[in-house]
Amino acid sequence: MKRQLPLVLVFVFGIFMIIQYFVPHESSEWIYEFFLDWIYIIGIFALALGIWSLIRVSYDKIKYRRPNWQYAVITLAGLFFMIWYGFDYGRHFFSAEGLRNYMFVSFFEYILIPIQATMFSLLAFFIASAAYRAFRARSALATLLLLAALIIMLRFNPYLGSVGNYMEEMAIWLLNVPNLAAKRAIIIGVGLGIVATSLKVILGIERAYLGRD
Amino acid sequence: MNIFDRMMSLDRRWVFLILALVCVITYVWPFSIPIRTTHEVESIYNYVDTLKENDIIFLGIDYDPNALAELHPMAYAIAEHAFRKKLRIIFVTLSQNGPGMADQAIRDLTDSLRQDKVYNGVEYKGRDLVNGVDYVFLGYKPYPGLVILGMGQNFRIPFPTDYYGTPLDSLPLMKGVLNYDQVKCVIDLAAGNVADMWVVYGAGRYNVPLALGMTGVMGADYYPYLNSGQVFGLMGGLLGAAQYEKLSDNSGPAIDGMRIQLYAHIIIILFILMGNIGFLMSRREKRV
Amino acid sequence: MEAMSMGTFIWTTLGAFLTLCIFSFLYQDNPFYKLAEHLVVGVSAGYFVIILWHNGLQPNLFDRLNDGNWYLLWLDSSKPWYMIPAILGVMMWTRFSRKWSWISRWPIALYMGIATGVAVPLEMKNRVNVQLYSTMKDIEWGSFLGNGLLDGGSGLAELIIFLGTVSALFYFFFSKEHTGVFKGVARFGIWILMIGFGASFGYTVMGRISLFVQRIQYLGDWTKVAWDDVSSGAFIVFWFIVITIFGILAFYEIIRFVNKRGTQA
Repeated sequence: MKRQLPLVLVFVFGIFMIIQYFVPHESSEWIYEFFLDWIYIIGIFALALGIWSLIRVSYDKIKYRRPNWQYAVITLAGLFFMIWYGFDYGRHFFSAEGLRNYMFVSFFEYILIPIQATMFSLLAFFIASAAYRAFRARSALATLLLLAALIIMLRFNPYLGSVGNYMEEMAIWLLNVPNLAAKRAIIIGVGLGIVATSLKVILGIERAYLGRD
Repeated sequence: MNIFDRMMSLDRRWVFLILALVCVITYVWPFSIPIRTTHEVESIYNYVDTLKENDIIFLGIDYDPNALAELHPMAYAIAEHAFRKKLRIIFVTLSQNGPGMADQAIRDLTDSLRQDKVYNGVEYKGRDLVNGVDYVFLGYKPYPGLVILGMGQNFRIPFPTDYYGTPLDSLPLMKGVLNYDQVKCVIDLAAGNVADMWVVYGAGRYNVPLALGMTGVMGADYYPYLNSGQVFGLMGGLLGAAQYEKLSDNSGPAIDGMRIQLYAHIIIILFILMGNIGFLMSRREKRV
Repeated sequence: MEAMSMGTFIWTTLGAFLTLCIFSFLYQDNPFYKLAEHLVVGVSAGYFVIILWHNGLQPNLFDRLNDGNWYLLWLDSSKPWYMIPAILGVMMWTRFSRKWSWISRWPIALYMGIATGVAVPLEMKNRVNVQLYSTMKDIEWGSFLGNGLLDGGSGLAELIIFLGTVSALFYFFFSKEHTGVFKGVARFGIWILMIGFGASFGYTVMGRISLFVQRIQYLGDWTKVAWDDVSSGAFIVFWFIVITIFGILAFYEIIRFVNKRGTQA
């Protein structure tokens, strides 16, 4: 019951979905649509676990006065206000009116967007410093990598004159020929990996998702 | 420590400072650089450009604010182009913070469409975009692969209502629009593996023509799909966005950003050269 | 620059302030960065809750059950079968209990079965088969060089794509030892892969820089409004923010310096 039933469920649903692809009969389509419809609902409940986890971690941090607990207050305040505005100050629980709430939209546009966008823009500096420190022509292979990267980076440089045109052509060739071959090998490898892992899950060989007893 | 060792081990904060200064100075100094267009972006532009009035295109806003720099300009340029040609758009987002991005884009586009504009020598009169008539925003659902499959059967399975809570059947645009069969193409702007899912589950199962706009990080990875015909066009990073802006004669943040990009690249290349000269010279000295 | 209302300017200023807070991390970790970092975690989670509610549970579950009564567990609604995924969903929540967490395996099993089942044929077809077909296209020997060495559609390019894909795949194939001819094939494979990684790196640099470029454009637009719009007090707000950030950072540095001296003494 605790371990066998889930394994049976995975097997039955997995095999049904595979067969359904090859036999798109009206009745199998009907069941297929039914399951797709259900899975979104189940999935949303699962995502609530993540939110609950965040609340619990932050709450514990404040309760036990862990280092930097003050910041957990800010996290919870952000969470609370966003939910408060999203329900339009508690006036609209069952209509999407809250999505148009002025504060809800402003919090997204002037708090969430700037912070997230800037956090990722820090990577510009880290990649510049990484390129400077790690990009060394230590061997033939490293030099090849370096040259490919330089060609891609220089391709829209107007100051190179006719060399620039050649660089542009070379970049297009590089992307469409050797790069394509490399990425195709990776795509095929990833595809085979996904198929193999999926089959292992369906056949009950891979059981990590069940967790421990 | 000799000069070559110093060239190799500059404190990273100097690298940060110089890069920031170069970018800020280039931003303040107004000039423009020529943008050359490539076949993979032209094919997206031409596809949209040759569609007829009232045709529907499907635009996936599958990115969070962390990729807005590259993908927002694409979304604005494509949607402006499509709306000016009186095409209709179904927006959807399969990324967690995507709804706000799409909502912002739709509001800005509504403002922009009110103005008279001239693109590529053709004058377009301003008009009011109407929700449910000119566009529909389906909203967000988690688990992108399964949502793409669900929409392939019927948009109403994952999305019984649009983002604003209106049932799909009461929106004029959605009358008779069941699934991908009624849209001319899907253009997905993705910052992650949602792009793969569109290839595998969307175009792969339901044969809908698909084009991808991607972040620079993913830019080089999707050429095999272009070559195999699984996608009909690709736009990679800010350069891809700038190319679309140029093709649609709608200069925006991407074209403006490319000049800063140019100098940032030059400075990074100089840093790489400096590191390598230091490395090669110090290796030679050690050998001697 | 378009005219901006004072309200929008204050919001934009908040955005600019938070942008600078994050950038201050480049110097070193500090309270401004931590503040912004923790704030975004909360706001983002709250945003997700609302989106999942208004765009998820409400249309896909509640709207479909709303003609029933809660005290009958909505079983009297016109679509009572929607209670099944709801119950399965609630079963997920037993995950946190040690004693009952096995119950969460049922919905997980349902999800895993469906997700893996749809993946097998589609991944095989679209990532493996279609890619293999297009690798094995006939090579155009007639126009082997096409319009020159850099012609992406020439026979030579097709040959490189074919050989490159096969050798790069072989590089990852460890059931056969890479010696003799196979060493050469694997060697060619790694060259091709290195070019691919180089191209990705070049693109990645471009991508990362453009994220920074966008933030400069944002800050630039904000300062332009502050400069052009002196009468509304925006100019003062601008300098207030700049001085506050730099002032507090300097103060923070001084405290740190004094503390360091103290511990050394």
